[in-house]
Amino acid sequence: MNKILWAVLIGMGLLAPFVVYPVFMMKLLCFGLFAAAFNLLLGYTGLLSFGHAAFFGGASYVTGYLVKSVGLTPELGVLGGTLSAALLGYAVGSLAIRRQGIYFAMVTLALAQIVYFVALKAPFTGGEDGLQGIPRGDLFGLIDLGRVYTVGGSPLGLNLYYFIFFMFCLGFWIIYRTIHSPFGHVLKAIRENETRAVSLGYQVERFKLMAFVISATLAGMAGAMKSLVFQLASLTDVSWHASGEVVLMTLLGGVGTVLGPLVGAFTVVTLQSELSSVGSWITVIIGAIFVVCVLLFRRGVVGELSRLLKRPL
Amino acid sequence: MKKGLVTACAVAALAALATSSFGAGISDGVVKIGVLTDMSGVYSTLGGKGTQVGVEMAVKDFGGKVLGKPIVVIGADHQNKADIASAKAREWFDNEKVDMITGLLNSGCALAVQKVAGEKKRITMNTGAASTDLTNSACTPYSVHYVYDTYALGKVTAEAVVPNGGNTWFFLTADYAFGHSLEANTTKFVTKLGGKVLGSVRHPLATSDFSSYLLQAQASGAKIIGLANAGGDTTNAIKQAREFGIDKKGQKLVGLLIFDTDIKSLGLKVAQGMQFTSGFYWDRDKASRDFSKRFYAIHKAMPTMDQAGAYSATMNYLKAIKAAGTDDPDAVMAKLKSMDVSDFFAVHGKIRADGRMVHDMYLMEVKKPAESKGEWDLLKIVKTVPANQAFMPLAESTCSQVKK
Amino acid sequence: MEITFQTVMSQVMLGLNNGVFYAILSLGLAVIFGLLNIVNFAHGALYMLGAYVALLGYTTLGPLIGMPDFHLNYWAALLVAPMVVGALGMAIERTMLRRLYKFDHLYGLLLTFGLALIIQGVFTNFFNVSGDPYDAKPEILNGAVSLGFMMFPKYRLWVIVISLAVCFGTWFVIERTKLGSYLRAGTENPELVKAFGVNVPLMITLTYGYGVGLAAFAGVLAAPIYSVSPVMGAEMIITVFAVVVIGGMGSIMGAIVTGLLLGVVEGFTKVVYAPASSTVIFLIMVVVLLVKPAGLFGRES
Repeated sequence: MNKILWAVLIGMGLLAPFVVYPVFMMKLLCFGLFAAAFNLLLGYTGLLSFGHAAFFGGASYVTGYLVKSVGLTPELGVLGGTLSAALLGYAVGSLAIRRQGIYFAMVTLALAQIVYFVALKAPFTGGEDGLQGIPRGDLFGLIDLGRVYTVGGSPLGLNLYYFIFFMFCLGFWIIYRTIHSPFGHVLKAIRENETRAVSLGYQVERFKLMAFVISATLAGMAGAMKSLVFQLASLTDVSWHASGEVVLMTLLGGVGTVLGPLVGAFTVVTLQSELSSVGSWITVIIGAIFVVCVLLFRRGVVGELSRLLKRPL
Repeated sequence: MKKGLVTACAVAALAALATSSFGAGISDGVVKIGVLTDMSGVYSTLGGKGTQVGVEMAVKDFGGKVLGKPIVVIGADHQNKADIASAKAREWFDNEKVDMITGLLNSGCALAVQKVAGEKKRITMNTGAASTDLTNSACTPYSVHYVYDTYALGKVTAEAVVPNGGNTWFFLTADYAFGHSLEANTTKFVTKLGGKVLGSVRHPLATSDFSSYLLQAQASGAKIIGLANAGGDTTNAIKQAREFGIDKKGQKLVGLLIFDTDIKSLGLKVAQGMQFTSGFYWDRDKASRDFSKRFYAIHKAMPTMDQAGAYSATMNYLKAIKAAGTDDPDAVMAKLKSMDVSDFFAVHGKIRADGRMVHDMYLMEVKKPAESKGEWDLLKIVKTVPANQAFMPLAESTCSQVKK
Repeated sequence: MEITFQTVMSQVMLGLNNGVFYAILSLGLAVIFGLLNIVNFAHGALYMLGAYVALLGYTTLGPLIGMPDFHLNYWAALLVAPMVVGALGMAIERTMLRRLYKFDHLYGLLLTFGLALIIQGVFTNFFNVSGDPYDAKPEILNGAVSLGFMMFPKYRLWVIVISLAVCFGTWFVIERTKLGSYLRAGTENPELVKAFGVNVPLMITLTYGYGVGLAAFAGVLAAPIYSVSPVMGAEMIITVFAVVVIGGMGSIMGAIVTGLLLGVVEGFTKVVYAPASSTVIFLIMVVVLLVKPAGLFGRES
């Protein structure tokens, strides 16, 4: 991919808070990273996890707890949340890769449900109320992330935005590097033909587990970021609806494309916010998009685009 | 291409700069009231659209304008999810210039919104949620708790039940901020009055099957099964208790928070004789009847205390703006806390330093089917509990706004 | 809570009551999976739809067709709802699922997930999420009977009996009749069965229709117990998925037995350690996966 495109994208990201409502923009970034992490698993390894919300939401609880109750600085909180997602990813992954295909999807779904119940019942999660009032704190104990700059009469939380934007770029860069590394090529080989990958001498199980853990970790990082943005960790983010949504984002944008998940996530989140006035019709619309994607549009937006342009995106 | 885009963004940013405006009197030229409540879920019948109807009626009765500026009402559904509630409130304050949020059924949502509002220095006038945390640990200079709370509900009901032989309790508690607070407050009064709490079990919000919880309550042998929940949960629990014949074995169910709409859905035959605490009843006096009939003409149901409270809160908020000559939150709050609240809704009403609006509360009893003369003739007022006895004394409040 | 014979038995009875719903739903999933190789995510939504057919048939159908006195009664609903939902299911199979058989099976899961969202969303929009009561419970099933250790509502007893009858009836048809043998052969080798002149595509359509019809049947049974709500299926389906993973999707009997068993285990957990009752099924799933990845009754493919 060419450098100009990247430069433009980063430039847009830097200027975005002056144009778009920053909280909304940060939400886009969190879900974008979540979908990109998910895509690493579905798009590049061929594993459909239906329980990725466990990592996303789980990490947001851990980060919230670390920052609010333990009093860690935000960067340590995010680190803690991310690590917890890695551990959880290892546990869930080792169980789930024992099964394939549809079973894999159902096992991840059911395991994620355990995480959901923990989030509902554990003493530090606030149950149905969620973990509320998570402070944004001072980055490295120095930079106040809650600080609001008044630009043109509208209050902008720029410190937080650029922190989130940086984290997003970091996460996305890791995914990009993984896809284009020799490791990523092995993953693709497994996706295309697992038996052949085995016969070539690759320890397929180990590669799958690695991919699962990386994906879970980055999904957790996205969740950790979200808990700082909204100052709240809630059951919504660990529920199976969230797991389903991330599948949709990836499918809509284009499974197995680098930019697809971002496009998908941005589209879905924007739709949800633009259409929030129609109430529960939003669920119907999301469901309909799902059906259309599966029936007619399995390559997704970016997938179709890259087919037209005859180059990978 | 990159350059063009950067320029475009810069222009947009400048445009945002240019549109900034500061006005005296009414900021941004409009007073915007947001109704954020459960519009579709387990509490939507007792709040929901009806709460918005109440607010809109108040705005209309006030004349649609305050200090010469228009008043706008917007509504949204928080779906009983704290994350949705707080995100919506944040967006309303940041982007929509909403000045005051009311409704806020569901304590979890209310606590989240009150927190955001406090940071943004905007007013919340809570008519729906009940947790006493709202006027204690979570209070802010900009929060008003208007209709009822778990202290008043627990106190008035316990004082009616315990001395009449209901001295052992088992709670079925909705497992979130509201249920916990209601259980804790009621327990305090039951114990104080010489009763005993034998246990409790917590159920998720919007439970469809209470059978196993009810059996636990039954096994405890308590005389009173206290329902520390609300809305659809309360009515489901009562219906299923009958299905298992629990009430036939001498155990009595006591609903700690019940609305007219719940009685309506249960029917007088099932609900007759039940006693509970309420902050408002539509058929109390002429003023309340007049309002309620107008409300009924629009909403096709009599107002619950939440819906009537939303009218009253909005009306007094607008009066305070008028009296203060500005919609500046600090000035409006100062006015609100200094004026008397007296209308069809509140008797002897006063907003205290902790944001608690104290007013007379009522012990209600469900009529027998034979006593009822009409579709909405459901309840009678057994006892009026004066404002200064129903609510938590200001001296006990842990709110940071209370000077000690 | 004190553990006494009485408390254990009462919760176990309630568990059995839940268990028959698990059984009937996982049975439907197993039948569909056997022939179509699709995990029907819409199963919960169709279960909910069945309950709504009963509810609306009782409350609004009459006025809608100009006969305000007409109420679809409970017994009729038990037949009508599965037929309506079954027909809808067959339409879904014919128009949508059929196009996906040549692709990865995962697309079937995703499609039905989308359908579940659509159905659930539509109903959430028109009906109260907290549920509407279904008051058409027949007079004869009102009241409770004493089981010695507890008063048990007659209706719940009826639900247990009729569900078991339907489950074992289905098992009998599939495992012991000629029709069933076609079905099983179609599962093993559709091409061969086709060569014998059996209309396999039709058989697939009918199977899907029957599977979701079972879900609708369970929905009608559930309507008088729980209130009828748009999310009643969504709450159920995830648990049923876990039941299916535990049982293994290979066997009809496996689905039934696992469903019943797990319902009882869940009820028992409520006595021993109530907070774990909602997770116990998932924990069992983890153990089963570690010990016997194909499920208790499953065959390793």
